[in-house]
Amino acid sequence: MQPSKPKSRSIRPILWIGVIVGGLLIVFAIFMGIMGMRMNAIPSDLDTSTTRLSENGIFNVSYTASADTVPVNQMHEWTLHVETADGTPVENANITVDGDMPQHGHGLPTRPQVTKYLGDGDYLVEGLRFQMAGWWVMDFTITANGQTDAVRFNMRLQ
Amino acid sequence: MKSSRNIAVLSILLGLAVITTACSLSGQSRWSEEELTTLRGLWIGNLPALPADPSNQYADNPRAAQFGQKLFYDTRFSSNGEVACATCHLPDQLFQDGIVLSRGVGVTNRRAMTVVGTAYSPWFFWDGRKDSQWAQALGPMENPVEHGGNRTLYAHLIAELYADEYTALFGPLPDLSDLPREAGPVADSGAASNWESMSSADQEAVTRLYVNMGKSIAAYERLLLPGESRFDQYVEAALNNDYGSANEILAPDEIAGLKLFLGEANCTNCHNGPLFTNNDFHNTGVPAAKDLPEDIGRSKGVQDVLADEFNCLSVYSDAQPEQCAELNFLVAEGHELVRQFKPPSLRNVAERGPYMHAGQFATLEEVLNHYNTAPEAPAGHSELKPLDLSEKQIEQIIAFLKTLSGPLDVDEQWLIKPEQPN
Repeated sequence: MQPSKPKSRSIRPILWIGVIVGGLLIVFAIFMGIMGMRMNAIPSDLDTSTTRLSENGIFNVSYTASADTVPVNQMHEWTLHVETADGTPVENANITVDGDMPQHGHGLPTRPQVTKYLGDGDYLVEGLRFQMAGWWVMDFTITANGQTDAVRFNMRLQ
Repeated sequence: MKSSRNIAVLSILLGLAVITTACSLSGQSRWSEEELTTLRGLWIGNLPALPADPSNQYADNPRAAQFGQKLFYDTRFSSNGEVACATCHLPDQLFQDGIVLSRGVGVTNRRAMTVVGTAYSPWFFWDGRKDSQWAQALGPMENPVEHGGNRTLYAHLIAELYADEYTALFGPLPDLSDLPREAGPVADSGAASNWESMSSADQEAVTRLYVNMGKSIAAYERLLLPGESRFDQYVEAALNNDYGSANEILAPDEIAGLKLFLGEANCTNCHNGPLFTNNDFHNTGVPAAKDLPEDIGRSKGVQDVLADEFNCLSVYSDAQPEQCAELNFLVAEGHELVRQFKPPSLRNVAERGPYMHAGQFATLEEVLNHYNTAPEAPAGHSELKPLDLSEKQIEQIIAFLKTLSGPLDVDEQWLIKPEQPN
């Protein structure tokens, strides 16, 4: 019989290599899983609410689309409702419209505009068409009663 | 000691098991709810009813479609009597011609696009320089290298060959007796100066007739629609949760290609919806065609469509101004537009090479290699980013693209050259 000590010395490195390799494989698998999930990542905490307070808290703004959900590849309209922070409808506002896809670096495929004041703080936005699924933002800069403020809506289109 | 060895072996096995599970999950044969939503969006069963064309009051008139079909195939409507719409849009070749640069009476600078499914598009030609099927149909007829003819020639031909059909649809023909045989706002200087010498009332009457020809051809072209492919059968089975049938319809490589198409390869950014096109405009860095003048694509297309005498807002359009939303809310300028072109539908794409606006790529392999490497655009800015796909993955995407082939959903009577009067 051979002494056991030398044998244990020869096995210990194999044990450690095995544990290290196995551990690395697990870490690698978890890393790849996270990367895979992040490939098409849209921030998980993205606020896609259709009512938002403008950046400086001057206006409370909401929108409704003419379709049930905001469609892809279809020309449609929005009704934008603007009120003051305390809930009074804002009349005669001057509103400019912009938007883009933060992950793609391209703007809107159309040039939507506020075309009509519908009364009661409601404004018609025409000419909206989003040409692909994904994360879109719509920006409205609102000027009324001598004050200007901007509001951004996030959308996750499918 | 044995137990130490076992721990080592177990650790490696566990690591491998985690990787194998992760891989098999990502290469799944079942689709998540979100993926099924995307697949439903691409499915032909999700193609909406034919959209109205408010600019063409004859768009859904069956007699106009029959008349338009005759015009579509009649080569007499050209300067040499040999060119019809069907010369470059052949019914047995999916209404395109399968060659690099199309040939009418001369050679054009662009590849012919298919007519199939274009009733769903707000824009026509690779650069969107027309905004209706009827306005599109009128472009080639006056183009010096396509039909090469002019408006009074076509008016005389209608009076000589199709007077009964025309008057039944559109009322009396204008009096053409004193009008020159060859006149129109065209490149040919003789015809152009004849046109200038005509009264504006005569010009208007001839142009009305010309527009009615376009509206009839459009009524015919609206009927040319794509049909079901193997991909659609697969999606239908998957939507019914019938993966037994689904996995018999598409092979594993085709399904893997579909997964790449939806995900890593970013194809659905532009090729989305049941026609696999968003009908918008994109610069994908397609190389400039050799020996052709510089082509800035959409940058010029927007200016052309705004100036077009036949656009949706023109006196020849039947639409109310507020029905011309695409034109009213058009992005008319910007660096983004430089060298943008319209992504064509991918239905039957494997049957429709060569590819790109000037037929720059002969095969789908060349197309995919372009998207994979994402070279810089010859002008403007390419929207592509390198994909780093393997050769195997490229083969899988091509295998998937071939599943988009299928017969047209068109009644047989519309696929033949109709009898023509002498």
